[in-house]
Amino acid sequence: MGANYLAILPEISLAVLAALLILIDLRLKPERKHILPGLTAGGLLLVLVATLLFARPAAGAGESIWGGMLRHDLAAYIFRIIFLFGAAATAILTQGWKTVERRGEFYVLLVLSTLGMTLMAASADLIMLFLAIETASIPLYVMAGFMTSDDKSTEAGVKYLLFGAATSAVMLYGFSLLYGFAGTTDLYELSAAAAAGDLPVLGLAGVLVLALAGFGFKVAVVPFHFWAPDVYEGAPTPVTAFLSTASKAAGFAVILRFLLAAYPLEVANWGGLVAVMAVVSMTVGNAAALAQKNIKRLLAYSSIAHAGYILMGIAAGTVLGATGVVYYLAVYLVTNMAAFAVVIIFFNVVGSDDIASYAGLSRRHQGLAFAMLVAFLSLAGVPPLGGFFAKILVFAAAVEANLVWLAIAGVLNAILGLYYYLMVLKVIYLDRSEDESKPLPVRRSHMAVLVVCLVLVLVLGTVLGPLYDWSTIAAGGLF
Amino acid sequence: MQFLQFLQEWPLLSIVTFLPAVAGMLILLIPGDRRETIYKAALATGALVFLISLLVYLGFDVDGGRYQFIEQYNWLPQLGISWYVAVDGISAPLVLLTGIVMFTGVIISQRIEERPREFFGFLFILATGVFGVFVALDMFALFFFYEIAVFPMYLLIAIWGWKQTREYAAMKLTMYLFIGSVIALIGGLAMYFASGLGTFDMVALEGANFTREFQILWFPFVFIGFAVLGGIFPFHNWSPDGHVAAPTAVSMFHAGVLMKLGAFAALRVGIMLLPEGAKFHLPWMIFLTLVNVVYGAYIAMVQTDFKYVIGFSSVSHMGLVVMGFASLTPAGYIGAGVQMVSHGIMTALFFAVVGMIYDQTHTREIAKLGGMAQKMPFVMVAFVIGGLVSMGMPGLSGFVAEFPIFMGVWMSDKPWIAIVAAISIVITAAYIIRLIRRVFFGEFPAEFEGHVHDVRPSEKFALGLLALVLVLIGIFPGIMVPMVEAGVEHVFTLLGGM
Amino acid sequence: MNQTIWLTLILFLPALAAILLALMPRQDKTLVRWTALIASLIPLALTLFVWFAFKDAPANAAGYKFEEQYTWYAAINSSYHVGLDGLSLTMVLLTTLLTPLAILASFSVEKNVNAYMALFLFLETGMLGVFMSLDLLVFFVFWEIGLVPMYFLISQWGSEKGEKQLWGGMKVSSRTYASFKFMIYTMGGSLGLLLAIQLLGVVNQTFDLPTIVTQWNALSNSDVLLGGFTTVGIAKAVAFWAFVIAFAIKVPVWPFHTWLPDAHTEAPTAGSMILAGVLLKLGAYGFLRFVLPLYPEQSSQYAGVLAGLATAAIVFGALSAYAQKDFKRLVAYSSVNHMGFVMLGIAAAARAAGTLDANIAMNGAVLQMFNHGLSAAGMFFLVGVIYERLHTRDLDAFGGFFPRVPVYGGILIFTSMASLGLPGLNGFVSEFLVVRGAWAIFPFFTALSMIGLLFTGAYVLKGIGKTLHGPLNEEGAHHLSEINARELWVITPLMVLMLWLGVLPGWLLSVINNAMQVLFG
Repeated sequence: MGANYLAILPEISLAVLAALLILIDLRLKPERKHILPGLTAGGLLLVLVATLLFARPAAGAGESIWGGMLRHDLAAYIFRIIFLFGAAATAILTQGWKTVERRGEFYVLLVLSTLGMTLMAASADLIMLFLAIETASIPLYVMAGFMTSDDKSTEAGVKYLLFGAATSAVMLYGFSLLYGFAGTTDLYELSAAAAAGDLPVLGLAGVLVLALAGFGFKVAVVPFHFWAPDVYEGAPTPVTAFLSTASKAAGFAVILRFLLAAYPLEVANWGGLVAVMAVVSMTVGNAAALAQKNIKRLLAYSSIAHAGYILMGIAAGTVLGATGVVYYLAVYLVTNMAAFAVVIIFFNVVGSDDIASYAGLSRRHQGLAFAMLVAFLSLAGVPPLGGFFAKILVFAAAVEANLVWLAIAGVLNAILGLYYYLMVLKVIYLDRSEDESKPLPVRRSHMAVLVVCLVLVLVLGTVLGPLYDWSTIAAGGLF
Repeated sequence: MQFLQFLQEWPLLSIVTFLPAVAGMLILLIPGDRRETIYKAALATGALVFLISLLVYLGFDVDGGRYQFIEQYNWLPQLGISWYVAVDGISAPLVLLTGIVMFTGVIISQRIEERPREFFGFLFILATGVFGVFVALDMFALFFFYEIAVFPMYLLIAIWGWKQTREYAAMKLTMYLFIGSVIALIGGLAMYFASGLGTFDMVALEGANFTREFQILWFPFVFIGFAVLGGIFPFHNWSPDGHVAAPTAVSMFHAGVLMKLGAFAALRVGIMLLPEGAKFHLPWMIFLTLVNVVYGAYIAMVQTDFKYVIGFSSVSHMGLVVMGFASLTPAGYIGAGVQMVSHGIMTALFFAVVGMIYDQTHTREIAKLGGMAQKMPFVMVAFVIGGLVSMGMPGLSGFVAEFPIFMGVWMSDKPWIAIVAAISIVITAAYIIRLIRRVFFGEFPAEFEGHVHDVRPSEKFALGLLALVLVLIGIFPGIMVPMVEAGVEHVFTLLGGM
Repeated sequence: MNQTIWLTLILFLPALAAILLALMPRQDKTLVRWTALIASLIPLALTLFVWFAFKDAPANAAGYKFEEQYTWYAAINSSYHVGLDGLSLTMVLLTTLLTPLAILASFSVEKNVNAYMALFLFLETGMLGVFMSLDLLVFFVFWEIGLVPMYFLISQWGSEKGEKQLWGGMKVSSRTYASFKFMIYTMGGSLGLLLAIQLLGVVNQTFDLPTIVTQWNALSNSDVLLGGFTTVGIAKAVAFWAFVIAFAIKVPVWPFHTWLPDAHTEAPTAGSMILAGVLLKLGAYGFLRFVLPLYPEQSSQYAGVLAGLATAAIVFGALSAYAQKDFKRLVAYSSVNHMGFVMLGIAAAARAAGTLDANIAMNGAVLQMFNHGLSAAGMFFLVGVIYERLHTRDLDAFGGFFPRVPVYGGILIFTSMASLGLPGLNGFVSEFLVVRGAWAIFPFFTALSMIGLLFTGAYVLKGIGKTLHGPLNEEGAHHLSEINARELWVITPLMVLMLWLGVLPGWLLSVINNAMQVLFG
């Protein structure tokens, strides 16, 4: 439990980056402020590289550091990379977003939120965990409502804040009960206490429900999902992208660690509950998505459904399940980021998020249409794209854990999902529009994000080995 | 053929699997206005793939091992997933079939005006999926390619299909097939875990000794899941709609190859890995196939749309394939194996002809057509050959295929099924003769005068190639049957030799 | 085994020629016609060679000569196995003889000559294959293949007039109707045959005819088959009827004959010649080659039924023929009548196989097959000659033509007499033999059929009378012209043979008799 600075290198560097951004923003002339997104992204990528190079933990169960506040293990490591990548991509995608592009504070908030997420992934203590969650969430509330002149954005910010505050309170209440039962806030000591058999099962289950409210809010699973569609729609699209990918991943990072590594109850006690949440979440998400006319709302509901799929891996409560969760989140990050990149690029030119306005896109810009095709098919779980293998992993985990009914519910939902993804693709490829011949300029930087994401989608769907290895080791370390 | 066996040293299967997709991607990069270049590139790819598939077929040694052209590389060894491909006596002919249909399909698609680049791109990705399924010995790879083979279908039908029904048909088809495949997938995963071997290697799984209860529980999921794509009753409804809405080359691919994919996967994953389940369930499933065979033929007879007739005839003929499986006799399996190829070629030929006629007349109403033989005699001859195959006329491949299937049913525990199923032969004869007569003979409608011409030489070549295969197999069953027989032999070592 | 290639040559040369013809340029019709004729003469020459070499050729255990056997469909134990005995040799000769004549008769066809000739030669291969096959599966292959060219010959080159109202109220041309009926009837009939062949193949594990005859007959009636599904006795009875119905439709035996008048009437002249001359024989041949050897017990048991049907065919065929106004329909029904005698002979033989009477009846039946082939082909040709000139076949449009076309008239009378069974001509010999043999076995049916013979005389005379005699029908005679040289070339060989067989039938009978001795002795 020493002072391992290298282990918190990402957090340190993110804090430094945030501070630097504040300073730079102050010194920067207004006409030069458009370099801010690039600068942020560059900084985040530097942190990413540094993390990759220096902050890699040894394989295995990991160790508690900093007085038991944080856990230095591979799971935290992978999630940090996911967050950093997501944040960098988000920063680039804000380029050209009028209300955001030149506002230094936005980027500071972005970096701080990322910092909160990295801490969430590593937290090993209830207090630390709560702090991390709030650090990650509060900047997001602001970011969601950043377009103050836009009613929907303001509404999104407020709604997100209210929901977040409420669920945080519930969660905190649960944490306090937990402390009361166990007499410790250290997650890893909780399980030791449970092993001694002196914690009341019923009480623990109640606490779990309370905690799940908080986590469920972060990852937007039913029944804690109500904020998602409105916030996704109202927030600036890059923020939506960040919310639906990195923020969701952070929530799952916590759930993974909290339920699998730390929580002093056997899977049998809560697996059923999580499985039900998974089924309800994917069903509600998919069913609601069917009726959407706005692409952002559609993606919001689809992200609720995907949270359901991911929960399947957790409900299984096995190494394979956890592996699936990690793999799924990584794939989902790049896939959804690609989808949102298209949405952002399209919105920047056309100014609309209506699905109907995508008509004729394949004739207008073939590459963009193809990118959407790949992203959506990956979301639908079609090989050779990453989504396929990710889904296979969580389904396999369910089958392995004898939750065949869950797997079947999952695949039936996958069909439902395929339906509305195809409906969007139909509009893009089949429908005609008068604007077909108009140009659709795409920024190089946006295109770069898109290409990187798409290549990763394809790579993660075909070259399965590396990420699977990481995910397994990370998952194994949790148990 | 002995002298060609050196080919087995070459990674032909990997090449034939990935070549179409790679070529498809490259074609997508050609500027869209250079139609000629796009077509030529597609044609060259098609020819090359055909050639390679032919080499695979010729290089297969009937007296050699069960699986040949084996290639195995690690893919994800942690989960026991490998790139493990090979052909056996049943899949080698199917590889050739795919090569032929792809090649002729490309030739026929010369008339595609709308976005040919994307068309060939998607078509070739589809082809990669199909090849992948036929050669995969790894269950994960099989599912992987199976789904790759299904989804391009949506776009191919929705974008290039027949305007009236394409959106509906494309969606219906995709939904049916995906439901089938994911249900089968769950079964596959269950097998993976139940085997305790930690591998998706199907050769290893063949020896997994699943418990009888397990097999009986899971066989229907896996078998029906795949058989949906084979058009098994009552899940056949997507197929005629899909066939009709699809553009010509896609119909050819779809009915010609894709439906075989379902039957083949049902055999390889369902029957071969769960033989006890097969023995338990197939005896009742034979009733489903009987409905396919007779009812499909009957429905085909009452259609007024040229393409629907062919579409439902596929339901009927594919029913025979599954009936062969369900007979649980070697003869039935041999017949089913040959029928897959025979029907594939035949139906590709049919759809090619339908496409040629529709392109020029813009109608598929049988009542409005007539006298086409005057303008396109070669097409008529090809169609008649296909029609005779469809009727099971001796001397053509349909007979070579269907005869053993019926023999197999005779040898099964319900011989009377053969008698009932035989009704379909007469019904088929009736609607095929009606088609030939109404479409090709009789009065040539005056409204088509001037804009219906003979087809291009390249199209004649395509039809000729397809017809030639049908005739060759019919006259010389020896060029294909022993190969299928060798494959079937192995199936029956798994089924406990009957 | 001592393999020869003669049969294969005879069998496939026409098919090869057909392919060649299909590929030949379309402009030069004369070239096409002559190529087809020459191509059809080669099998005839080869057949004649085989005919003369037949006596001294080595025979296998089952009595077949010129045998050939190659692997064909090994997976289900079927092989390309052909061979000849006296029965099939006679039929092969009939086929190779009639085909060139039919082709010569169709020199007047103008439409799509390439396809027409190719189909004809293809048809020849199909028919020859049936007669030569010694493997049930191969037999079935050829049996069905023959349908296709015939279907197209009728539907494409058939008579252009006439309409038929279907039950849907839809109107189709008569030839469409007739060809469709022909195809569906025969295919429907073959269905049972197909299933029965499958059954035999499944039980015997081979399709080789000589092997099956031995194995199948060795089974006891109470043996269980197909895993308890049925017993040999039931299977044999069912399969017997399946075979019988398929062949009966082809013969055609009353009441399965209704396709025949339609098909004959609508077919082009040469098509009718082959249809009546050879195709109908396929059915009768099937009885002799398959039904009787494979199911001796059932044959004997049900011979009475067959004899009854045969008699019905004789009587009703003759009556129907008499009632016709259409000359070609008249001739068509006469085929039903004449083939009735073949069936009667076969039925008699089936009831009392091995006896002298049976042998006589059977010899008569086979000879009748050959004879009917000659006379029916001749009759249809002569009808065709007049139809080509007048474009009608209505007997009421004819009359008093004898003075105008004396040569034609003479020929018509001669051929009709042969058909009628006038002593001295071929028909008499065979019908006499049949009746002589059947008398002892089925006296009642035989007596009835003798009455039928009376009507035969009536309708033949009606045909002659309406055409040649009576007041001259001016309108009809307007277009009439004398038979031409080409047409003479067609009919002369037939007439020569009719006379020859009428006077000296021994050369053919000895071949037939030898075969019958081996088959049923």
